[in-house]
Amino acid sequence: MTALLPRRGFAQILALIVILAVDRVVSPQFFDLRLQDGRLFGSLIDVLNRGTPVALLSLGMVLVIATRGIDLSVGAVMAICGAIAASLADTHGLPVVLAAALGAGLVCGLWNGFLVAVLGMQPIVATLILMVAGRGIAQLITEGRIVTFSSPDLVWLGNGSVLGLPVPVVIALSMLILTGAVVRGSALGLLIEATGGNARASELAGVGTRAMIIAVYVWCGICAALAGVIAAADIMGADANNAGLWLELDAILAVVIGGTSLFGGRFSLVLAVLGALIIQTMNTGILLSGYPPEFNLLVKAVVVLAVLLLQSPKLSGFAGIATRLKRTKA
Amino acid sequence: MTLKALFAASATAALLLALPAHAGQLTIGFSQIGSESGWRAAETSVSKQEATKRQVNLKIADAQQKQENQIKAIRSFIAQNVDAIFLAPVVSTGWDSVLKEAKEAKIPVVLLDRDIDPSGKELYLTAVTSDSVHEGEVAGDWLAKTVGTKPCNIVELQGTVGASVATNRKKGFDTAVAKHANLKVVRSQTGDFTRAKGKEVMESFIKAEGGGKNICAVYAHNDDMMVGAIQAMKEAGLKPGKDILTVSIDAVPDIFKAMVAGEANATVELTPNMAGPALDAVAAFKDKGTVPPKWIQTESKLYTAADDPQKIYDSKKGLGY
Repeated sequence: MTALLPRRGFAQILALIVILAVDRVVSPQFFDLRLQDGRLFGSLIDVLNRGTPVALLSLGMVLVIATRGIDLSVGAVMAICGAIAASLADTHGLPVVLAAALGAGLVCGLWNGFLVAVLGMQPIVATLILMVAGRGIAQLITEGRIVTFSSPDLVWLGNGSVLGLPVPVVIALSMLILTGAVVRGSALGLLIEATGGNARASELAGVGTRAMIIAVYVWCGICAALAGVIAAADIMGADANNAGLWLELDAILAVVIGGTSLFGGRFSLVLAVLGALIIQTMNTGILLSGYPPEFNLLVKAVVVLAVLLLQSPKLSGFAGIATRLKRTKA
Repeated sequence: MTLKALFAASATAALLLALPAHAGQLTIGFSQIGSESGWRAAETSVSKQEATKRQVNLKIADAQQKQENQIKAIRSFIAQNVDAIFLAPVVSTGWDSVLKEAKEAKIPVVLLDRDIDPSGKELYLTAVTSDSVHEGEVAGDWLAKTVGTKPCNIVELQGTVGASVATNRKKGFDTAVAKHANLKVVRSQTGDFTRAKGKEVMESFIKAEGGGKNICAVYAHNDDMMVGAIQAMKEAGLKPGKDILTVSIDAVPDIFKAMVAGEANATVELTPNMAGPALDAVAAFKDKGTVPPKWIQTESKLYTAADDPQKIYDSKKGLGY
């Protein structure tokens, strides 16, 4: 595993370094850091902080994709959970707010898992239902307006800091460690990969594939709920129309940039989060560059294409011939 | 449309239908787009208030963002032989045949908030809309007046790229600012009309402009982005409204809250009261035969901290924004 990781992550790390270097060129103060009211302040911190929602989403998404599934509903689940958190924030304590929001995420995940694993629906269709309906549910909760709150506990989740780091970043890091410990510290990760690789063979070999699938959708829902709470806490309000809008696509992109195949069977948590960071480093760079906004999407598309080409086996095949020749000689 | 509002609307409609129409009372059908934004909800509630004020029987049909629903609603208004029809068109084309039906039935149609394709000009009585270029100009003029002759670097939070409102609000502001050599828009980026993006973009503006020291004013194409930008400024240790002037457009309740706290300076109102001028035009047309101009422009009123923001906040917060 340790021997595998650097080679697998090479393209992603290279891409991140290149994009960071470009950011430094378009914005000379990119790496400047200073303390502001007890928290670190600078563009690098912005990248980590703004990248948190997609990083959290990609943590759940990567497991779903490893089972050969996909979850299009995470953006809508963010909106639902953010709306619940915001509506309860000023009347209830933080534990109740978090329990309600994460509970809603869990229920959403159960629903998706039920449709996919029990009713055998195709994941893209099954989760499309909640993607469309979920935003409507969120709008019903907020009654179509932006629900604002001032509860300092919840605001702290979005804007506070621990040892200078923004709280959202600390949460995302903890979730990465927790998820990694659970799936890689046990055989669970292997069983998830087996389910995605060949569900029927795994079933015959005694893997509870149905339970695996439900479990990954539930985890995906919980990660989305957390992302939704953080997004609401960040702007001190729940915006049902816009919270998490199109973020499901960014999360899928992060997973793909992280080298996980959409055909399932293998995954890397760390690289998926790295994928999310690559996307955000690029986004922040675009904002800092001062180019007209009409170019935003174009720049993004070109960079994503370049990163994916970097990973393409066919392309690296050409480059690889030279290395292989060297190896055979040695 | 939220359920509550839907129930309220249908209850109101039922109540109004049950009332005996006394002589001379106008009955007007209003095909509303739906509840796409807080502003839209406010427009619906203000329309009801304005109709009640003038003792007009206003029947509101919610189209849930679908043109076919609007066409159905207009046909049913024609069948009910209402005195006039208000239409807030969800798209600008495809209205010709249904508007012709209204014309044949001699029912005047008034467009609210949005215009339709110019080919149908003779098919409606008048259009009551705001001029979004003018809104940008009002914002720019206020800034020019407030800054005076000092040099001022402005950063701009644009609306969604390609949205006509965003293009127009940028154009108007640029025109106003171009008249003053000391004003310069140094950065302009889209915040997609949302709080979250407004905050993120402002964070990057602050970093790119020496921690915010080089920024003298922020102009946002809507108040929501400004609310996000205000948070970004506060988190960077800046004082919005003092260190950096703010001017935005829409006049939603939350920007008045920021004004009360001294964190926002000015906003230009996109009035939710489109029905008021429309009702007056229809009444004059029915009573005296006065044909209104083809376009009735609503006022783009500027609000600052001098306008008792607390009172405006209280009056606006119940409108459904």
